[in-house]
Amino acid sequence: MVISTEGLTFNFGKQTVVKSLSLKVPEGSIYGFLGPNGAGKTTTIKLLLNLLKTQEGSIRIFEKELQSNRIEILSQIGSLIEQPAIYLHLTGKENLLNRALLLEIPEKRVNEMLDLVHLTNAAHKKAGQYSLGMKQRLGIALALLSDPKLLILDEPTNGLDPNGIIEVRELLINLVREHKKTVFVSSHLLAEIERMATHVGIINYGELLFQGSISELQTLNKPQVQIETENTVDVANFLTRNNITVSEVDENRLYVPFTSKQNMGEINTLLNQNGYTIYSINKQQKDLEKLFLSITKNA
Amino acid sequence: MPLLLYLLLFVGFFNKSDQLSHDPGMLLWLKFAGIILGVMGSLILPMLIVFIAYSVNSVEHKADTWKTLFSLPISKLSVYGAKYFYSLFLVFLCLSLFVLFTLGFGNLLEVLKPGLKFSDYPVSILLTRVYFKLFLSSLGILSIQFLLSLLFRDFLKPMGIGFVCTITGGILAGNGWKYAYLFPYSHPMLAIKTMEDGMRNKSAPGAMPQITIDLFTKEIFVSLAIAVIVFIAGYFIVLKKSIK
Repeated sequence: MVISTEGLTFNFGKQTVVKSLSLKVPEGSIYGFLGPNGAGKTTTIKLLLNLLKTQEGSIRIFEKELQSNRIEILSQIGSLIEQPAIYLHLTGKENLLNRALLLEIPEKRVNEMLDLVHLTNAAHKKAGQYSLGMKQRLGIALALLSDPKLLILDEPTNGLDPNGIIEVRELLINLVREHKKTVFVSSHLLAEIERMATHVGIINYGELLFQGSISELQTLNKPQVQIETENTVDVANFLTRNNITVSEVDENRLYVPFTSKQNMGEINTLLNQNGYTIYSINKQQKDLEKLFLSITKNA
Repeated sequence: MPLLLYLLLFVGFFNKSDQLSHDPGMLLWLKFAGIILGVMGSLILPMLIVFIAYSVNSVEHKADTWKTLFSLPISKLSVYGAKYFYSLFLVFLCLSLFVLFTLGFGNLLEVLKPGLKFSDYPVSILLTRVYFKLFLSSLGILSIQFLLSLLFRDFLKPMGIGFVCTITGGILAGNGWKYAYLFPYSHPMLAIKTMEDGMRNKSAPGAMPQITIDLFTKEIFVSLAIAVIVFIAGYFIVLKKSIK
């Protein structure tokens, strides 16, 4: 495990922002840390970077205790928290050079990074004049500068246009695949995480609601039989009398958990034989977006 | 800023050179350097420190880079210490400029108005000692202002506190309150006052006064002690502080 936390809890005054969080981030994964705004994502990331003091619980990164090995651990982490922290009075390149100087990194690497995030042409422009997307890309370049083993990115695609989002996504996938890095990336957009993450953690009100690989998340997502009919309430009552559980009823449709194709056919026959007109009957998979909403809503 | 002040002074002296031409070299230097030194202790130096301490920290506040600095593999002491010593260096640089400009413009005046006999008296060592004493006396304020600027994001809080304390310090030292030496914002003014007292006591009327600067007076010790204590306390605050 690259990151593992145990019972991590953090309070801002009386308000508990993070509740006994147990994260498990395996090596070589893209871990999508999902949650609505204000769920405790940024707080968790600041705890992982030792910017906030751990109040309860423990954090181990690279199998080492964070508090006592702070510098050794931080030297292998690149991070981007909220808006990228950039000196606006310096040019993009000067920003990178400044950081390279602090971390004793050769200047060659600076140019490579500028190339990587497509900022070579804007390298000598003041960072204050950069667009939001360019600032974000410069932030990513700063995070990657020291060639860290673990990247911690807080909403890295915030403010990027669709093209930029795709670029960042491909960059991250490439880093993990080709360079054996581990990426911990937070977001409030499931669709974005779904396309690149190998592992997912879902957090809301500071609590971890789900954690596992993306395929585990998909199996959690049970298919349903959607039945469209005239009088949904009557049909629902009839099915219940026949020992078939109905999970959801609205004005036009009702839903029954899917077990097999045969079972779906039997329900159809049963309803037809008892004089109910069925407009349509089919198998439906909830999309992950709805699943994400229902997971975060239930808490 | 030192340049601007001395340009003004230079013009002033240049115009009044006729009246001043019969003064001996030493008195001339005293008048020339004294004008700046007088305000220096009470106002310029403390305010200079407020600005320096603020600007060194506000760079990070503005760019929101504290969080990045503290998530780099650099010890917190290095970040804090480097920032502190940089502001220390800036104060030192600024005071050195004052010394250089005093000497420079003094000599320039003599070149332009040969009647002014600045070169009669070798002032450079004396002047350096005076400014060095001022530098030492200002360290207590620097530590306090540095910590304030580090903790508060806005300019008004450190500036306001600094300003009020400077005025208080000026009043305390000006009135000769017995315990003024315990208050760091009084130190620069006290440093100047003790030097003046030193001159007055030793100079017999009519004779050429002998100026000796006692570098380590008690307010200097207090200033140094406060600087060290606040610096260490500040480090522990930084260590404990959570970056939001």
